[in-house]
Amino acid sequence: MSGLGIAEEEPESGPGREHREDAALVAALRAGDERAFKSLFDELDPSLRRLARNYARTDALAEEIVGETWLAVLKGLDRFEGRSSIKTWIFRILINVARTRAKREARSIPFSSALPGDAGGRGDDLGVDPDRFFSQDHAQWPGHWRLGPAPWGIPDERLLAKELRGEILDAVGGLSDSQREVLTLRDIAGWDSKDVCNALGLSEVNQRVLLHRARSKVRAAVEDKLGAVEETT
Amino acid sequence: MSTTIGADEMQCKELIELVTDYLEGTIADAERERIEVHMGECEWCERYVEQTRELIGALGRLDDGAGDPEAWERALAAFRESRRS
Repeated sequence: MSGLGIAEEEPESGPGREHREDAALVAALRAGDERAFKSLFDELDPSLRRLARNYARTDALAEEIVGETWLAVLKGLDRFEGRSSIKTWIFRILINVARTRAKREARSIPFSSALPGDAGGRGDDLGVDPDRFFSQDHAQWPGHWRLGPAPWGIPDERLLAKELRGEILDAVGGLSDSQREVLTLRDIAGWDSKDVCNALGLSEVNQRVLLHRARSKVRAAVEDKLGAVEETT
Repeated sequence: MSTTIGADEMQCKELIELVTDYLEGTIADAERERIEVHMGECEWCERYVEQTRELIGALGRLDDGAGDPEAWERALAAFRESRRS
């Protein structure tokens, strides 16, 4: 029932530097600085798009959600009080726009509805295939690696993101809706856990379980692609 | 000195399920110490944690780069309009 949640929530406990940079950015935007707007747009638009696709059945609807979000941001800019970071504020607007749109479309959206089963303690969702460990009754190494992780051979995270982009995105696409939502906000968009819990209405524990499973699955996909497994004996 | 694993020693299987709590810093000190002691002598678990860190870094770089050019044109027009009023 809520409108576009332009109102902010709790104050951010982040470092003062970020706060000052934010204040400078907001001042520049209010003054009509197009370069400042362009850099903000370039930084956030890809993640906004990615997040919007979590809620929309079609690319066209995702596109509309992102467009509507930017309009709401511009409309709300003069009222933004800096109690959360501007990026968090913008993503919250997107989530609210997406929820409102989804209701209007009268379509079911996955939004966080996969809980709690999704965050339950089922054993079919372990981070690593249990066959890769020695059994609990192994004489010397119970529960230890039988097939351990081998080096990935990719020198840094930038190259990893570049070379395995397709595999990583496929793996993210294959996550459950709530896992993907948490991973998108936490790791792709760089939110902290408090903001994610607030925005998605999750407990800290549920958020962490979803994040853990999501990361484990994406990691497994990377490892699989690279064939990076080695015998430990 | 026995080479079998003691009851309170961490198993690799256990560690990989604690990686997120460990990296999030939401783990009790005693548990963190068990993890660190284990990693000190298990190159695979050490590698597992390191690779997980790398993956998180890579995820944060996936969306590096410019926004959609057509969407930018529309956003810029809206920006100019909003600043005019």
